[in-house]
Amino acid sequence: MEVSPEYAVQMHGIVKRFGSFTALDHVDLNVRKQTVHAILGENGAGKSTLMNILYGLYQADEGAICLDGEEVGIATPTDAIRHGIGMVHQHFMLVENFTVTENIVLGDEVCGAAGVLDMKRAREEVVKIVEEYGFEVDPDAKIEDISVGMQQRVEILKALYRGADTLILDEPTAVLTPQEIEKLIEIMHDLVGKGKTIIIITHKLKEILSSADECSIIRRGVSMGTVDVSKTTETELASKMVGRNVSLTVEKTPAHPGDVILSIRGLSVKDERGIEQVRGLDLDVRAGEIVGIAGIDGNGQKELVSAICNLARSESGTIEVDGREIQNTNPRTSLDNAVAVIPSDRHRWGLVLPFTVGENLVLERHGEERFGKGLTLDYTQVNAFAHELIEQFDIRPAGCEEHVASGLSGGNQQKVIIAREVSASPRVLVAFQPTRGLDVGAIEFVHKALLSVRDGGAAVLLVSFELDEVMDLSDTIAVIYHGKIVGEFAQGTVDEGQIGLLMAGGGAK
Amino acid sequence: MNTLIRFLRKPIASAIVAVAVGFAVAAVVLAVAGFAPGRSFAALFQGALGRPKYIANVIIKATPILLTGVAVAFAYQTGLFNIGAEGQYIAGTIVATIVGVTFDFPAPIQILLVIVSGALAGALLGAFIGFLKARFGIHEVITSIMTNWIMLYLCNFIVSTDAFHKTNSTSAIPINPSGYTMVLPNWKRSEAGIEFLNNIPWLKDVLLKTDLNFGFLIAVAVAILAGILLARTELGYELRAVGHNRDAAHFAGINVEKNIILAMLISGTFCGLAGVLNITGISPHTITTIAAMEGYGFNGLSVAFIAGCSTVGCIPASLLFAGLIYGGMTVQQVMGAPSDIISIMIGTIVFFTALPGVMPLLADVIERRTASAGDPPAPHTEVPPELPAQDRAVRVDNGKGGEE
Ligand SMILES: Nc1ncnc2c1ncn2[C@@H]1O[C@H](COP(=O)(O)OP(=O)(O)OP(=O)(O)O)[C@@H](O)[C@H]1O
Ligand SMILES: [Mg+2]
Repeated sequence: MEVSPEYAVQMHGIVKRFGSFTALDHVDLNVRKQTVHAILGENGAGKSTLMNILYGLYQADEGAICLDGEEVGIATPTDAIRHGIGMVHQHFMLVENFTVTENIVLGDEVCGAAGVLDMKRAREEVVKIVEEYGFEVDPDAKIEDISVGMQQRVEILKALYRGADTLILDEPTAVLTPQEIEKLIEIMHDLVGKGKTIIIITHKLKEILSSADECSIIRRGVSMGTVDVSKTTETELASKMVGRNVSLTVEKTPAHPGDVILSIRGLSVKDERGIEQVRGLDLDVRAGEIVGIAGIDGNGQKELVSAICNLARSESGTIEVDGREIQNTNPRTSLDNAVAVIPSDRHRWGLVLPFTVGENLVLERHGEERFGKGLTLDYTQVNAFAHELIEQFDIRPAGCEEHVASGLSGGNQQKVIIAREVSASPRVLVAFQPTRGLDVGAIEFVHKALLSVRDGGAAVLLVSFELDEVMDLSDTIAVIYHGKIVGEFAQGTVDEGQIGLLMAGGGAK
Repeated sequence: MNTLIRFLRKPIASAIVAVAVGFAVAAVVLAVAGFAPGRSFAALFQGALGRPKYIANVIIKATPILLTGVAVAFAYQTGLFNIGAEGQYIAGTIVATIVGVTFDFPAPIQILLVIVSGALAGALLGAFIGFLKARFGIHEVITSIMTNWIMLYLCNFIVSTDAFHKTNSTSAIPINPSGYTMVLPNWKRSEAGIEFLNNIPWLKDVLLKTDLNFGFLIAVAVAILAGILLARTELGYELRAVGHNRDAAHFAGINVEKNIILAMLISGTFCGLAGVLNITGISPHTITTIAAMEGYGFNGLSVAFIAGCSTVGCIPASLLFAGLIYGGMTVQQVMGAPSDIISIMIGTIVFFTALPGVMPLLADVIERRTASAGDPPAPHTEVPPELPAQDRAVRVDNGKGGEE
């Protein structure tokens, strides 16, 4: 490797093992200064691990790191921060009941005389950088009350506040709406213009094309080279990363809708703060069809899903499954009525992270007879069952039923949830951002799984902030705005422009 | 080398190292205070294990803290901090005394009655704390501390009532002997018994000079059963799921409130049992006025943490703890060293077991060294403790409970 100050970051021959498993095998990465450098790879390829090494969270077993042409040792995140590296993790690390300001200064507090926290000055400093970079963030809002997109900006601010020159963004767009993504890309270009270097991990090829200058590809822990983004295509990137040709569009057969299974009438739901978010919503989903809800985050999607799985109370209206009302009961009732839900926040709702993958795969049905004789839970059965799902859904590493779920890569954690919900043979499947954080190969797989659930005669409700996904996969597209369905269209009878207009409130009276 | 690495990853490694460091620190403290560490430790071991009688006493002392230890460990694994073990223990002693004094059935029935009612008292108190948490989101530590004091004063009140007060003493009336759980309480004091025991000096030492009772066997059985309950049953699975991620458990249709109450009920049962067994098993077989907390619950906390919150691990931990306390008295007598030294040693051990991440880290270092030396590394699936990357946003517990 040629060490040169032309590069903000150079990682050479990085090896990282977890026990006998080699997550990174002599990986190289060269990031030019003042560029956006994308890292692409399948779920579990080792992207987060590589970045965690750069940020000092993990130690490489072999290899060297050079910053600005000089070899450095990074043993802890504190070292990394001192060298001007900032990182926004795939899963945020914010204290939920602290304010934005408190979170930004946390660990680097402004102290007055005698070590007393000077929150006033801290707030001023935060306001200053918020304005400098044009982020629209309320410094006094509590994290738990702001949207995921906002939370992410807080994470970026946190890094900038600590003087980061090189910013690592691990799947920053997985949780964002298309509008927020556009804004983020703008922010990234702006930051590069102001002299920063950005490393971005993403599974979305379009974003790489629209935001990055170069893209390095990792496949199963091995470098597959770096490409100049201006000279490549989505298909090339995809096949380079997966090692086979991937279909980037959904191939589906026409739906054969049957009777209405999920029927929602006049539904109103309040959010945690008591503000009505779903406002008299009507929706039907029939057997054998996928209804996709298109809409901008914050228009009641979360509350709608919460009400269906009985995590939230419905103020008024009904939710019927096969004619039985299920609203205002408890999550068990939803499950007993064969409503399966893929939640959007996998760490909060979807997984018990310290549990094994096997334990997580039986989470909703550990009570079933096949897993227990009498009061006991038969772990041989549980693991055998898990083993099958792991194979069937290609959860990596293979045979991970007895690994703790927190050791899986983000995308594979998502696959665990999908395997569990899809294999429950549901009558109604609610998929809320089901492909969040998945690589293109896995997305193709999930889309096929949703279609097969549909063709098995279930009603599928897809809620996604990604318009492409909704448009491609849904048989019926329903637009949600301000807690109501403001338009329903059969697939193919409407274009993105019309939907986008409705999503933004145009057309709603 | 691989065996060493694998060993270091086991929780037991931390426990052993903690104990060793505890002894080392105690040695330094002893030396500084002017007492020869070697001789002090000799006195300690002599005092704890020197005679069959001593061993019996260590076992007797280990019984209640094993049970409270299991209670704390159990609650901990379900995400609850049962600092109320003390109060639940006292509740067990109070109800055991009341029932044991009031009724006088033939031995087997009486014993069963006293034990069940005492355990029930602990269970109900625990469940009450669980209920307050599940229903109203009141943090269990607060209610635990309050119920501890309520139980302490309730105990003193019962001792002072006419119905139970033993004249000219600070105690209540002892329970009826039909409720005793010592080993052969009557026979060992009968002529035949004494004559028989005269031939076997060590047994005589153990039986006649101590209140050796069946409590420890019960406690060991409880520790094992509690471990099985957590690791191998549906209930245990649900309890742990609620403990690790209440939201996900709720989402998965598990009744969170019920499980919190159940966890505290079970934990309270163990504490209540500890209380009863001290009443039925050792003299004075009754409650006495207590001025301050006796520490059965708090020592249970230490036992649980030495054991890394494994219920079965509480068995050796409680024996170690009891041995240190009991043997420590000898150090005091023989060396004239203050018993505080023993407290420092116990404190050090607990302190070092509170750093469970150290050993696996050490294992990683050794592994890396050997790996670069060409030795195949040991397989493991554990998550290194340095893994904040995979944690979701930290949620500082603000006592909101699980409501959404
Ligand atoms: N702490 C750990 N212990 C054991 N294995 C781990 C650990 N962290 C990561 N791994 C393994 O290393 C591999 C790479 O994980 P990593 O999180 O880097 O993947 P990734 O490329 O970021 O994937 P994704 O796109 O799904 O986030 C995975 O197989 C994962 O299971
Ligand atoms: Mg990742």
